[in-house]
Amino acid sequence: MKDKKERPGERRTWSLLPKALRPRIEVQTQEERPVVAIIGAGPAGMEAAIQIARQSCQVLLFEANADLALNLQNKYKLFPDMSDAQTLAQGMMLALEHPLITVYRQTPIKHVVQVENFHWQVFTEDNRVFKATAVLLCTGYEVFDARRKEELGYGIYNGVITSLELENMFKQEHISTLTGDSPKRVVFLQCVGSRDEKVGNRYCSKVCCVTAVKQAIELKRMHPETEVYVFYMDLRMWGKGFEEMYRVAQEQYNIRFVRGRISEAAGTFDGGVQIKAEDTLIGKPLKMRTDLLVLMLGMEASCGTKQLAKSCGIVGDYGFAGSLDPHLNDNHTHRKGLFLAGTCKRPMSLTDVIADARSAAMEIINYLSKQ
Amino acid sequence: MKSFGFSIAKPRSLEIDGESLERLHRLEEKEPSFKRCFNCGGCTATCSAGQFTDFNIRRVHNLYRWGRYQELGEELRKCMLCGKCTLVCPRGVNLRHLIVSMRELLNEL
Repeated sequence: MKDKKERPGERRTWSLLPKALRPRIEVQTQEERPVVAIIGAGPAGMEAAIQIARQSCQVLLFEANADLALNLQNKYKLFPDMSDAQTLAQGMMLALEHPLITVYRQTPIKHVVQVENFHWQVFTEDNRVFKATAVLLCTGYEVFDARRKEELGYGIYNGVITSLELENMFKQEHISTLTGDSPKRVVFLQCVGSRDEKVGNRYCSKVCCVTAVKQAIELKRMHPETEVYVFYMDLRMWGKGFEEMYRVAQEQYNIRFVRGRISEAAGTFDGGVQIKAEDTLIGKPLKMRTDLLVLMLGMEASCGTKQLAKSCGIVGDYGFAGSLDPHLNDNHTHRKGLFLAGTCKRPMSLTDVIADARSAAMEIINYLSKQ
Repeated sequence: MKSFGFSIAKPRSLEIDGESLERLHRLEEKEPSFKRCFNCGGCTATCSAGQFTDFNIRRVHNLYRWGRYQELGEELRKCMLCGKCTLVCPRGVNLRHLIVSMRELLNEL
C-alpha cells in the first residue's frame, strides 16, 4: 500500500525495515545542484536561505514550529528606527517563495550526521532523512525564564511582567495593570538573566539595554502621564542610533534612569509592587512602589541550539554553539560543512543577525564551490 | 520607663512615592538640559569648590532628583559659579544655571 504521506520524488531505501522505523531519503535535487540544509527559520535562517538560493543552490529550510520567525513576530517595533517588526517578517517570508527553497514547517531536527565525501544527512524527529552538502545551524535563542529569579516575584505578583509580555501589550496597543487601570508608574529592570553568576550567565545579552529604552519611549508615547524609571547597571548603547535614542528618552520623554540593580520585589496590598534597590550614584538604598515592574529578559541558547550543538560536538560557552574563531571564521565550526549563523552562537541584535546570515551564506557558497 | 539611652535611627533609605517630584519638574522647566545628564562626573572632577571642600555637584543634583532637599543644606552655597562644570559637560548641561535654579527653588522652602 502506498504511504499517503509520501512526497513526490521520494525513494524508498530501507524497505526491509518495519514501516514505522523506515527512514525515507528525500531526493530534492533535479540536477547536480548542491543542497544546503538550514535548520531554524528565524531571521538568520530565512535570510541565509534567500541569499543561498539566489546563488542557484538548493535550500532545505527546516522549522520546528508551524510559524516561521516566532521571536520576530512577537515584536512590535524594532530599534533604533521604530520600524514595524511584522512588515520586516512578512517581507522576508515573501522572499522565501523562491523555486529553490523548500520550507519544512513543524519539522524538528533530531540530529545531523556527516557521511562520506563531506556530505551530511539531516534526521528529522519523524524519521525522515535529507541529504545535504552543507548544513547551517540557525537554531537561535530563547528568553531567560524569569521564574528562576524568584526574588523578583515573576509569577507570584501580578504587577511583575516580562519585556516580552510588555511587547505583546504594545502589539495590542493596550497597556494596563491587571485591574485594568493605566499604570501611573512603570519600572524597568535591566540584566534579568544576564551578567548574573547566580543563574550561571556571566555574559551580557546585548539587546536588553536598548530594548528597555525603546519600550520606555513607546510607553510614554501611549501614556505621557506615566512615570517611567529604568534601573540599570551599565547602559550599553553600542549600536548606531542607540545613544541618541537614550538621549531622546531622557530629554523628550523624561524617562528616569537610575543606576542600581533591584534586589527584590514584594507585592503591595493595592496590587502594586514594592521594589528595593540602591541608587549607586548617591550611595543610598531606595524603596519605590510601582504599578508594573518590567523584567528585561536576557537571551539564552534555545533548546534546539543546545541539543544540536551537543550532538555535533560544537558546544561553545553557556550551551550556545561555538564557532571556529570569533574573527575570520565565525560562521565556521571545526566540522567541515557545518556552519553557524545568528543567535545560536551568542546574543545578537536583529541587525547583526541579518549581517551574520549573509556572511554565512557567502562562506557556504565559497565552500560549495570547492567541493 | 527607664531609659537606657537607646533610640531608633531614622531610616536612611529613599522612599519614593511621587510627591517629591513636583519641585523636580519645576527645575526641569527652568533648566531643561538637566534631563540629559548621564552622571559621568566630569563636572565634579573639574569643580573648583570640590578641590577644597566635599562639594559634589553630581551628588547634589541626584539628591535633588529624589527630593532630599534637607540633605542639601548648605551644599549649594559652596559653589562659586566659576562655570568650569558647564564647560566640560559632554551632554551640554548648563550646570551653572542649574545651580542658580536649584538655589532659587530651595529658597522657597
